[in-house]
Amino acid sequence: MLQRDNRYSARQAAGGDKSRQPSDGFLSVRNLVKRYGSHTALADISLDIRAGELVCLLGPSGCGKTTLLRAIAGLERQDAGAIVLCGRDISHAPPQERDYGILFQSYALFPNLTLAQNVAYGLSGKRAHRRHVQARVEEMLTLVGLAGSADKYPGQISGGQQQRVALARALAPSPSLLLLDEPMSALDARVREHLRIELRALQKRLSITTLMVTHDQEEAMVMADRIAVMNGGVIEQFGTPRELYRQPGSAFIADFVGEANWLPFERIDSHRARVGRHELAVDAALQTGTGKLFVRPEAVRVSAAPAGDRVNAMLADVLDGVFLGRGYRLALRLEGVPGATVHSIVSPETGDALLGPHAASRCWVELPRHAIRAYA
Amino acid sequence: MRYAPTLDDAALREREAMRGDAAQGAARPALGRRALPAWAGRLGLGLGLGGLALGLAVFLGLPLAAILLKSVTNDAGWAGLSVLAGIVAGDGFLAMVGRSFAVGGVTTLLVVPAAYAFAYGLTRTRLPGKSALRTAALLPLLAPSLLPGIALVYLLGNQGLLKSLTGGATIYGFWGIVAGEAFYTFPHALMILLTGLALADGRLYDAARAMGAGPLRTFATVTLPGTRYAVFSACCVVFTLTVTDFGVPKVVGGDYNVLAMEAYKAVVGQQDFPKGAAIGILLLLPAVLTFALDRRLRARQGAQLTGRAQPYAAGPNRGRDAAFLGLSGLVAAFLLLIIGVAVWASFIRMWPYNLSLSLRSYDFDNMDGGGWLAWRNSLRLAGWTAALGTLTVFLGAWMMEKVPARGVAARGLRGLAGMLALMPMAVPGLVLGLGYIFFFNSPSNPLNALYGTMPLLVLCTVVHFYTSAHLTATTALNALDPEFEAASASLKVPRLVTFFRVTLPMCLPAALDVARYLFVSAMTTVSAVVFLYSPPTVLAAVAVLNMDDAGFIGPAAAMCTVIMASSAAAALLLHLASRALVARTQAWRRPAA
Repeated sequence: MLQRDNRYSARQAAGGDKSRQPSDGFLSVRNLVKRYGSHTALADISLDIRAGELVCLLGPSGCGKTTLLRAIAGLERQDAGAIVLCGRDISHAPPQERDYGILFQSYALFPNLTLAQNVAYGLSGKRAHRRHVQARVEEMLTLVGLAGSADKYPGQISGGQQQRVALARALAPSPSLLLLDEPMSALDARVREHLRIELRALQKRLSITTLMVTHDQEEAMVMADRIAVMNGGVIEQFGTPRELYRQPGSAFIADFVGEANWLPFERIDSHRARVGRHELAVDAALQTGTGKLFVRPEAVRVSAAPAGDRVNAMLADVLDGVFLGRGYRLALRLEGVPGATVHSIVSPETGDALLGPHAASRCWVELPRHAIRAYA
Repeated sequence: MRYAPTLDDAALREREAMRGDAAQGAARPALGRRALPAWAGRLGLGLGLGGLALGLAVFLGLPLAAILLKSVTNDAGWAGLSVLAGIVAGDGFLAMVGRSFAVGGVTTLLVVPAAYAFAYGLTRTRLPGKSALRTAALLPLLAPSLLPGIALVYLLGNQGLLKSLTGGATIYGFWGIVAGEAFYTFPHALMILLTGLALADGRLYDAARAMGAGPLRTFATVTLPGTRYAVFSACCVVFTLTVTDFGVPKVVGGDYNVLAMEAYKAVVGQQDFPKGAAIGILLLLPAVLTFALDRRLRARQGAQLTGRAQPYAAGPNRGRDAAFLGLSGLVAAFLLLIIGVAVWASFIRMWPYNLSLSLRSYDFDNMDGGGWLAWRNSLRLAGWTAALGTLTVFLGAWMMEKVPARGVAARGLRGLAGMLALMPMAVPGLVLGLGYIFFFNSPSNPLNALYGTMPLLVLCTVVHFYTSAHLTATTALNALDPEFEAASASLKVPRLVTFFRVTLPMCLPAALDVARYLFVSAMTTVSAVVFLYSPPTVLAAVAVLNMDDAGFIGPAAAMCTVIMASSAAAALLLHLASRALVARTQAWRRPAA
């Protein structure tokens, strides 16, 4: 769902009483526009983030997700639109007046300062506060599991540890918002997976409102409360990972989030479609005369023999099978649908039976009518 | 919603229940910084960039404008191009232009291939003693351009050591100038070519070898195309330096009159300012032209080397290494011979009659030229130039590269400052000096009081060598993580604090390099300052010129030696300081114990 309704203008929000604000307006982006010459990086973006939630901006490269994050951080200036944080209009505030912490892909730790000096960098330099600052630095380093390394330099610890120090540095001054700009894309797969979970646990415990940019859909699914999928400068869909996966709002989302099977169809009536030689029943109402039917691989049912009069059942050749450990991923050629290959995730037993040396390499494929969605 | 990070989950729950910022505030003071207001940053940037642009405009732009103006006016006022036309059409002027071009061309043809081979030997072969060869090749940078002339006089002059070998030919003239300029310009060409050759992608060589290309073919298809911009750049520098230098022609030019010499004589000797201005403009033209072309080519080359390039490592090859050792050794021997002769000659009692050693030539206070005062002045000039120049250059480059300019005015100012910072490279010292005379010596200029003083000499020298220093600083700054500034802004730390706490310490080696470059250049430069000194601010390199003029060639050689020794000592000192500082303050460069 695209959030385009302006229930209150930015000006009202800025002047409004903090406590009476609806909770989903903790960070509000309204009608943000950013152009680079003739290229539109952000086309009228609106987004509301609730207090304490982690929102991912997900999209292919060049979709505008980093531009949006940098606009919120004040590192890019938008051409039009407003940004409201905590009821305060920060659309034109310089970065230092916006009150956020930020993590970069490159960590951006100061190499000539120790970890403790890095974490203390954003803390008060007043002599009277020195003891408190020291205590906070220790606390933050403990929080990220690097308590014993205060006097090391960033170059002396691993990438994953550096990003943790960057997190400690960003959180030390207690910002109201945390921005993450592809924080893990410079790390090894193993470290990334670990840090992902750690970061999410920490974010939940501190309940700090967080906005993260990523191009890794798995990362977004694992970490986010809600995901805003961006494409071509607009938010295609904003919802929970479950919503995105189960009810993708567009063919782009269906393709970008998770795996998809696509079958071209012609509409027969509102709930029946012709695919090749077959006639398929569909729960969702068909809106257009032609288009593509969409089914997730794990929804495609495969069996060795036909059983009863199944709806939407077709014969198929097994082209290929990839063993995934917890199952198989089969590539199937549907009979009577020229040029269409369907992927299916099946149990190890079914896969073994279909791919064994004496198997017929033919099977029945059923596309459950409730699992089919149609896109123009 | 504020939160305070804690490990104690019970406390966290409790705090969530209270959800009171005030309660936390009482427990401990707010430790976050308070951001400086935005206008403070904008004002600072505006003042800084504005100051830099104004400074460069007054000490570079206006003097150049003064030359232009001078060349189109005469005593009666506006004269259009008639003055210029009159001088160009004047007696023997075009022949002089031809002579300048001949000297520049031949020197370029000699120096660039030699420097290329030398640089190739240092970067692409395994010849032994690389650092010694490199040091020897860069030594001429420590000496003023008068030194090779003086050494040549001792070697091949009328009473020269090797005079008998020349078969009656005289060193005074074309070949003397070429030999002297070759010595003077060699290290400049070498530095450019070393940089160009060091930027090699080893993968290209592996690919060429895998496809069966021999060494010659590889050189012609990979090495040469990869370095053609560096070669062009080196040609431009050598040609411009040669054409605009008057140190060598002054000493060994004889009757072979070249443009730079004529400009010097016109202004210093005959007080013929319009003629000086006209020649200045003529010398400015090729310099600006080659500079503009060079910048364009360089910008195009930018994308050639990607971040994934593998460094090239030469394989073993005895024949090749021996050949390059021979070649490099020959070049180094020539350079060392010139320096050695000048140094040795400075200790000779009475050339060529009494070759016993003495310090007679170093008794500067009892002869014309400025004496030890000149040397002390030079040290002062070099010290101030290095200190003031390094700070200005780094602050300026930082403001241009690392501080975002918001708004049309700020962006325009940044563009202007950036353009002005690149201009000095296109302006030969001789032209700059002429501009300073016309601009600051004019009685109607309120800055006239500066003329002949040390501050003006310092400013002139900083401007003269600004571009190289600026480019070094820019390169060093751009090697830093571009997100440092964004990270510190999010932490509400003022930019200037980050500049002094992070950026400058990170760039310390580059800053010391810049300081060394400025110090040595200020010690040895003659071309601009020769028009600007007054008796109390006479400089060592100018003293060399004056002593040579007065026929005191021994003391001139001695002063050259003193300059070289001072430059070398300062360079060594800065190098050691850099090493010590790096060891002390840059512990982060060391891996964990």
